[in-house]
Amino acid sequence: MSILEVENLSVSFKQYTDGFKEINHKVISSLNVTLEAGKILAVVGASGSGKSLLAHAILGILPSNANVSGIIKYEGKELTPIRQTALRGKEIALVPQSVNFLDPLMRVGNQVRTSVKNGDAVSAQRKVFERYRLGKEVEDMYPFQLSGGMARRTLLSTAMVSDAKVIIADEPTPGLDPVVIKEALDNFREFADNGCAVMLITHDIESALQIADKIAVFYAGTTVEIAPVEDFVGNGEAIRHPYTKALWRALPQNEFRPIPGSQPHPSSLPPGCLFEPRCEMATAECRQAPPKMRELRDGMVRCIHAT
Amino acid sequence: MQLEAKDIGFRYGDGPWLFQGVNLTLEPGEIVGITGPSGRGKTTLCRILAGFEAPIEGAVHFNGAPLPNNGYHPVQMVLQHPEKAINPRWKMHKILNEGYQPDKELLDLLGIEREWLTRWPHELSGGELQRFCVARALGPNTRYLIADEMTTMLDANTQAQIWHAVIEIAKKREMGIIVVTHESNLMRRLCHRVIDFNK
Repeated sequence: MSILEVENLSVSFKQYTDGFKEINHKVISSLNVTLEAGKILAVVGASGSGKSLLAHAILGILPSNANVSGIIKYEGKELTPIRQTALRGKEIALVPQSVNFLDPLMRVGNQVRTSVKNGDAVSAQRKVFERYRLGKEVEDMYPFQLSGGMARRTLLSTAMVSDAKVIIADEPTPGLDPVVIKEALDNFREFADNGCAVMLITHDIESALQIADKIAVFYAGTTVEIAPVEDFVGNGEAIRHPYTKALWRALPQNEFRPIPGSQPHPSSLPPGCLFEPRCEMATAECRQAPPKMRELRDGMVRCIHAT
Repeated sequence: MQLEAKDIGFRYGDGPWLFQGVNLTLEPGEIVGITGPSGRGKTTLCRILAGFEAPIEGAVHFNGAPLPNNGYHPVQMVLQHPEKAINPRWKMHKILNEGYQPDKELLDLLGIEREWLTRWPHELSGGELQRFCVARALGPNTRYLIADEMTTMLDANTQAQIWHAVIEIAKKREMGIIVVTHESNLMRRLCHRVIDFNK
């Protein structure tokens, strides 16, 4: 059952250059994703592919010069700015990247308690700290006294006590050691197993594969493929899009062989398929128009040549 | 041109010893990995080897003599977050040419496009910025490169691109590399030997 649907989302930023000259940078174009109850969707892509902007668009926290089009639906009804304000932090929770998102002047126990919407906040906070093996002394600490791993667990606790139905986790793992990563990932799996929908934003395919049910691959502001995790095996024969294949092959445990070039800048996107300039399979047809997202073998792909 | 850490120990202020009695010898052209949980002092050790920090005990020797205090430092370091390692108020060409003028060949090898040189740092992605940080660290007099989680924030393709370029240059120049990463697969792929910083 889908809880959150994003259809044809586009985001552009208005910028001024040379005084009053106005330009629009399109950073996300015709993007589609769906979050389902009990499932984890991993959103994978290079930095600058629009992963975090998608999260911010869902929560309605984009800066004021952003122009959003397309439809975001939550529980079947359109997610308007008014609903976004009402739901964020309650039914839709964000697990942000770093300790910088904690209030530096507030004891972390109190911060977690403000997220409790029903019942006794103090006991809920103590219970969740105990689960995440945060000692009793931690609730009275300030963020600067926490290690990176403890801060991460505090942020997770905040999402956990909020009774959220949708959790969006933005790059929760880089730079942590494997033990802490495993713990964080297991927590997301548990959220999902309790009936929540989880969106895990990451550039790291490996950690995504450990816990996700489906992987959505982003390239230059759009989804190029949505695939079940089972497809990521062997030499990547089951993978649909050439960019996803390239990512899979570039992993150090696979071939460690990169494709040349880099993602196009939003100000100079190619007219046809966004991946066409770097694609081995590209033909004249690819340059004509951006390909539509289509269904293929229990997944989705935005490529006319994919089989 | 050996890089040698002899019995080094370090602590911040009067705090507990972060580590003591660390010995490490790196030969030219050698690629050595350092692994271990966060907070054990891996980055601090790197900073000592690169001359950003002086050890409390022991010494670091380069080519049999103490590390130089002036001139171009033979040990260069690349950090995890490129956006924190560059001047946000400089354009990319100024950042790139601060230490020396990298040649066209190096820029091509690292996939740095000419068009990026006239841009501001905030207009480029993390992967694009990190290519500049690597180019900047690979001056002609760099003998050892320390890569402290150099590609942790990057996607798999960019990671492979940057490492292929760095390894090729290291081979050509007989440059030694220290690789700090939590990713065991990357470690296995790159390093000749691995030091566990857990002890």
